[in-house]
Amino acid sequence: MTETEHVRLLDSYDPNDFYCEMLGKNASVAPHTKPVRYKLGQIPVNEFRDRAHDAELELYNFGITFTVYTQKEAIDRILPFDVIPRVISAQDWDFIERGVTQRVTALNCFLWDIYHDQKILKDGIIPKELVLGNPGYRPEMEGLDVAHKNYVHINGTDLVRGGDGKFYVLEDNARSPSGVSYVVENRHLMQRIFPDLMSDIGIRSVSNYGQKLHEALTEMAPESVLDPQVVLLSPGTYNSAYFEHIFLAREMGVPLVEGRDLVVENDRVFMKTVNGLRPVDVIYRRINDDFLDPAVFNPESTLGAAGLMGAYRKGNVALANAVGTGVADDKAVYAYMPRIIKYYLDEDQIIDNVETHICREKEGLDYTLANLDKLVVKPVGEAGGYGITIGPRASAEALEACRKELLEDPANYISQPMINLSVCPTLVDEGIEPRHVDLRPFAVTGKSTWVLPGGLSRVALTKGSIVVNSSQGGGSKDTWVLE
Amino acid sequence: MNNHLLSRYAEAVYWLARYVERTENLARVLDVNETFSRDSRGNQNWQMILQLYRDEERFAETGMDASADNVLYFYVLDPNNPSSIISSIGMARENARTLRPLISTEMWIQLNILYNHLRAMTRANLAAPRIARLCSFIKEACQTHTGITEGTFYRDEGWYFYQLGRWVERADQTTRLLDVKYHLLLPSPQAVGSPLDVSQWNSVLRSAAGYHAFRRVHPRGMSPTGVAGFLLFHKRFPRSVLACIEELEELLHELKSTYGLKRGVGALEQLDGLRGGLVNQTAEAIVKTGLHEFLDWIQCSLINVHGELGRDFFGYDETQ
Repeated sequence: MTETEHVRLLDSYDPNDFYCEMLGKNASVAPHTKPVRYKLGQIPVNEFRDRAHDAELELYNFGITFTVYTQKEAIDRILPFDVIPRVISAQDWDFIERGVTQRVTALNCFLWDIYHDQKILKDGIIPKELVLGNPGYRPEMEGLDVAHKNYVHINGTDLVRGGDGKFYVLEDNARSPSGVSYVVENRHLMQRIFPDLMSDIGIRSVSNYGQKLHEALTEMAPESVLDPQVVLLSPGTYNSAYFEHIFLAREMGVPLVEGRDLVVENDRVFMKTVNGLRPVDVIYRRINDDFLDPAVFNPESTLGAAGLMGAYRKGNVALANAVGTGVADDKAVYAYMPRIIKYYLDEDQIIDNVETHICREKEGLDYTLANLDKLVVKPVGEAGGYGITIGPRASAEALEACRKELLEDPANYISQPMINLSVCPTLVDEGIEPRHVDLRPFAVTGKSTWVLPGGLSRVALTKGSIVVNSSQGGGSKDTWVLE
Repeated sequence: MNNHLLSRYAEAVYWLARYVERTENLARVLDVNETFSRDSRGNQNWQMILQLYRDEERFAETGMDASADNVLYFYVLDPNNPSSIISSIGMARENARTLRPLISTEMWIQLNILYNHLRAMTRANLAAPRIARLCSFIKEACQTHTGITEGTFYRDEGWYFYQLGRWVERADQTTRLLDVKYHLLLPSPQAVGSPLDVSQWNSVLRSAAGYHAFRRVHPRGMSPTGVAGFLLFHKRFPRSVLACIEELEELLHELKSTYGLKRGVGALEQLDGLRGGLVNQTAEAIVKTGLHEFLDWIQCSLINVHGELGRDFFGYDETQ
């Protein structure tokens, strides 16, 4: 078959008016994706679909599932995987890398400050009550000197690209950002299913995430320990991110423990082994602050270990991320990030925030109420895309309900203009169509910060949708950062 | 040795092996029953299987009559029966999921596929002409698991606990296989040695894949004591109770010498008692005093071995 005889993959693809990650602005054909587009064109659509099917089957057999919680039941699903990669130029990546690093640095400065001298509050840069009254603020952390003044060892920054082709930060995830396992597994899957597509492109590797993470975590260990025992603390097999916990433990070669495996004696943490108790020095915990230590936080929790906070405060064990980082990735605090960056680093933010209206402030509330049909309204405390009202897409009733909630509890909301998220060509039943994507790069910080050259590209598979969360019908793509 | 195995993993990997071994043996027992539970008119009595596993009451609760179809469904596909094959494989898979950080990816994938395969089955797969094929499929899937494990599982403490689970379960299952025959046959004394009797002992051996090995040891004849003795004492037959016990003893000694584990004394004492009870007996004496009672004693001792392992390694408290 000659090239002209089969329908080429991207021939009938039309990104409409959106910024396209494959074609560029106004479909003006981005030069850096040329080799990728050429190779995509070599694969007949039917074969492409067959291989996509193979990929799906492999994911299913591999059991890469996550759990969706509805009111009635918990369902195991595969995270849908789209085989057309999202490609990022070396130039764009350089910008993202610098921006993300800057952000993590500022977050760590901010956290150290608010748990020590609180200069930023005294200087009136950010409202005191917003920080001290924040549910993510942990008074238990006041005065505690964490190693290398580092709180956010693992950070996920959610970026979107607007119609103008510029990247914006949508939110920071400084507690337990998840998704990095998909970054690596998606790549491995692509390497198995589309080796021909990837050869000679020059894609930066994502395979060393585990080693980098282990290195950074080891650097956090109490100084007296020569060969630190790192463990990953998971809530267990029923957690929706359990697959990722397995992945991380395997990649780092460390035990995956649950709370019941740990015991604290004399402010030292141990794990129960077949030969008795063994000391634990660093805990990469994938459970929330609330559940870490029933003696300090939620007394009902069986996921953590009683006495853990005591050991932590004594400096006998390191926790990653540190306790109390939730105050930094709060959606209301986010609005102050440009000022936070300026305050600590005396730099302008590299990647802009999305313009944000803080409804706890009268000005912001009034603006939001007056422009409800144009804005995206988000509750500050929720994650996973729950509770969002997208003004331009909402019905009159939904807008009315949103208005009512805003008036009842304005401090619980922020609003942002609707961003015309960029699109990627995506294989759907109808053919290759544009679907909206975001990007979550992961930054690992020990003594210094390293950004994984890749990231999770989530794709909203429903036509027209801009909600990319896996709990809301999102899938993922392999993300290629070019050399 | 710096990195000792988490107690929870030790227990999970022990149970993973037990559930797979149990599944393989249940498939064998169902296969045997399919072959030799026919009475002189060729009807089958599946009630026997229920008695063997002491499941009459639980089965009655399902409200089904003890037809071949229903009993097979109960033991193969019934998700509400905790000892059905689908439940056992489900438990093996759950343990494997817990153990994903420890076991090889291939071990996990094979169990995941097997479980999904079983979940997609319906009663139609249990129709009489297909049952032998289904039993073979399950048996082979279990053997595939064993082979993958042998070929890919890293040899550290986890491997030893896997083996412990496997041999404890196998010893227990061999006693049950013998017990099927006991329940089904132990007929009027005059039937002993009849062609039917011989063919049934023959089936017991075949279901344990031991016919050929038995023939090598006993080129002629097929007596109940010969077969029972072979399955109980014959050291070189890998499903005999004594072979299992010797493997268990060796594993515990190696855990001690190679990994410096200080525990495991209680289980070794129990195994010592079991070995003593076995080697000081003859098959003739056991059959005379009651094979069933003897098998029962072995099963109880194995439960004690399990209890000791639990207390020493898995973190069970003293009352368990």
